[in-house]
Amino acid sequence: MSYYLGLAQLIGIHTLLGLSAYVLMLTGQLSLGQAGFFAIGAYSAGILTVIFEVPILPALLAGAVIAAFFAFIVGFPALRVKGLMLVVATIAFGEFVRLFFFNLSWRVPRGDIVVGPDSTNGFREIRYFVANGWSPWEITAFVWTFVILVMAALWWMDRSRAGAVLRAVGEDELATQSVGVNLTAVKVTAMTAGGFIAGIGGALYAHTATYVDHLTFTVLLATFAVSYPILGGLSSVFGTLVAVVFIQGVLVEGLRFMGDWRNIVFGLLIIMAMNLKPSGLFDARTAQILKRAVGLGAQEKSDA
Amino acid sequence: MLELRGLSKHFGGVKAVDELDITVQEGEIFGLIGPNGSGKSTTINLICGVYQETAGTVRFHEELMNGKPPHQRLRAGIARTFQNIRLFPNLTVWQNLWVAQNSPEDLATQGFLSRWFGATRQTRREIATLLELADLEHKSDELASNLAFGEQRRLEFARAAAARPKLLLLDEPAAGMNRQEIHDLSLRIRRIRDSGVTILLVEHVMELVMGVAEQIAVLNFGQKIASGTPGDVQRNKAVQEAYLGTSDSDAPSLDTGD
Repeated sequence: MSYYLGLAQLIGIHTLLGLSAYVLMLTGQLSLGQAGFFAIGAYSAGILTVIFEVPILPALLAGAVIAAFFAFIVGFPALRVKGLMLVVATIAFGEFVRLFFFNLSWRVPRGDIVVGPDSTNGFREIRYFVANGWSPWEITAFVWTFVILVMAALWWMDRSRAGAVLRAVGEDELATQSVGVNLTAVKVTAMTAGGFIAGIGGALYAHTATYVDHLTFTVLLATFAVSYPILGGLSSVFGTLVAVVFIQGVLVEGLRFMGDWRNIVFGLLIIMAMNLKPSGLFDARTAQILKRAVGLGAQEKSDA
Repeated sequence: MLELRGLSKHFGGVKAVDELDITVQEGEIFGLIGPNGSGKSTTINLICGVYQETAGTVRFHEELMNGKPPHQRLRAGIARTFQNIRLFPNLTVWQNLWVAQNSPEDLATQGFLSRWFGATRQTRREIATLLELADLEHKSDELASNLAFGEQRRLEFARAAAARPKLLLLDEPAAGMNRQEIHDLSLRIRRIRDSGVTILLVEHVMELVMGVAEQIAVLNFGQKIASGTPGDVQRNKAVQEAYLGTSDSDAPSLDTGD
């Protein structure tokens, strides 16, 4: 059972990671720096609960705010560049963060052991949940509370004018500017929101895994972050969730017997998805069909 | 109301717009014409702030616009349409107009939350009015990309009007239109002007410009070669040469047909 709960936690956390990229992708920006914000959330929250003995909730929120702050700072220079250049710039940022934690050593004695980030040896003993006697069920519920909160907030945002503006920026930046939208403000806000969401994900990850090191946050993780919305499509937040369940649940776990060969399936799938269904597996049409199947087809209204 | 003084834009060695002086009076329909590549669209982009000028000034209601980004110029009252229609194709007609709710009145009367996350009754009413003016009421939930060409043009006009501009820049609005559509367009342009909006019309189709504009400036190779009423411009030798490459022709392309 605890295996499945662990998987559920991982799916929840990766959904947050994917949603952090989703927000940015609505504005047409592809960032491979999401692993960096995830790492900032993980280390910041971990340091707060372990070294400063702060309870999980404030530590998690602080981790998210710190990640959002860095996303905000990075947003200004990074969003001046577009397309491939933005991808390169955000990879650089992600690597910068990873190498920072690769070097960070902040060791504090706690009873008869020493705790805190230990550069290459990683950050062990992030044992808040264990130390406070949380059951796997409680941890899973905690993780999914945030997943549901973030999904609900984004779902609602998507249907508001803010969502329309983000999508408008994604479709045509020049036209959006010409109807009076402050492009920089919108993009930096999207980047900041993405950083906040990735920060929550990172904080949850550090505490469920109890151990992180710099290798957790490589470009591979950033690739996963953008793959989810690419596969799931940008028509709604549920696409990202479906893609995470599919990749983490079916591909990574289900194909475990294939060993590292399953990574090839993963790569193949991304290529196939982008060629066969460029707007995602869970695109507007699929959503329509599903909706009709459940019988609420006619209720979609743009002025909701 | 709009004053361009010594306005220049150079791309490397190419002087796309060169020392241009233009004054547009409040309430008029001002036509800007010229052969292909004469700098008309560049001029629009300079007025909107899409391009930064190499030299010269853009003043709107006496206020210096140089250095201001496009969204600030829009909020000052300068709206535009594009030569190749640029809607948000995967948003609905309604959403296209929703995004454009950035008039100074909207910004002044709406709080942050209602502006970004709600649609106030006032906003809905405004969008309904715009839809009605554009004859698109029944298409409100349609994706913009599913509209016919003429409907897309009308939606783009409506989207520009959503900002309640004082000056509307129309970049070749008649491109790809037939006679009947051009006639409807000229009525539409007059109606917009009569509602108190000054219009700067960049156009290729002489029939439209000569019929609707009160003042015209002619560009060639980035420079103004003539200006005045449609009649003055049609009789101008330099203009005839620019369009026909010869001075002894009777300039059929400038003929309005009436």
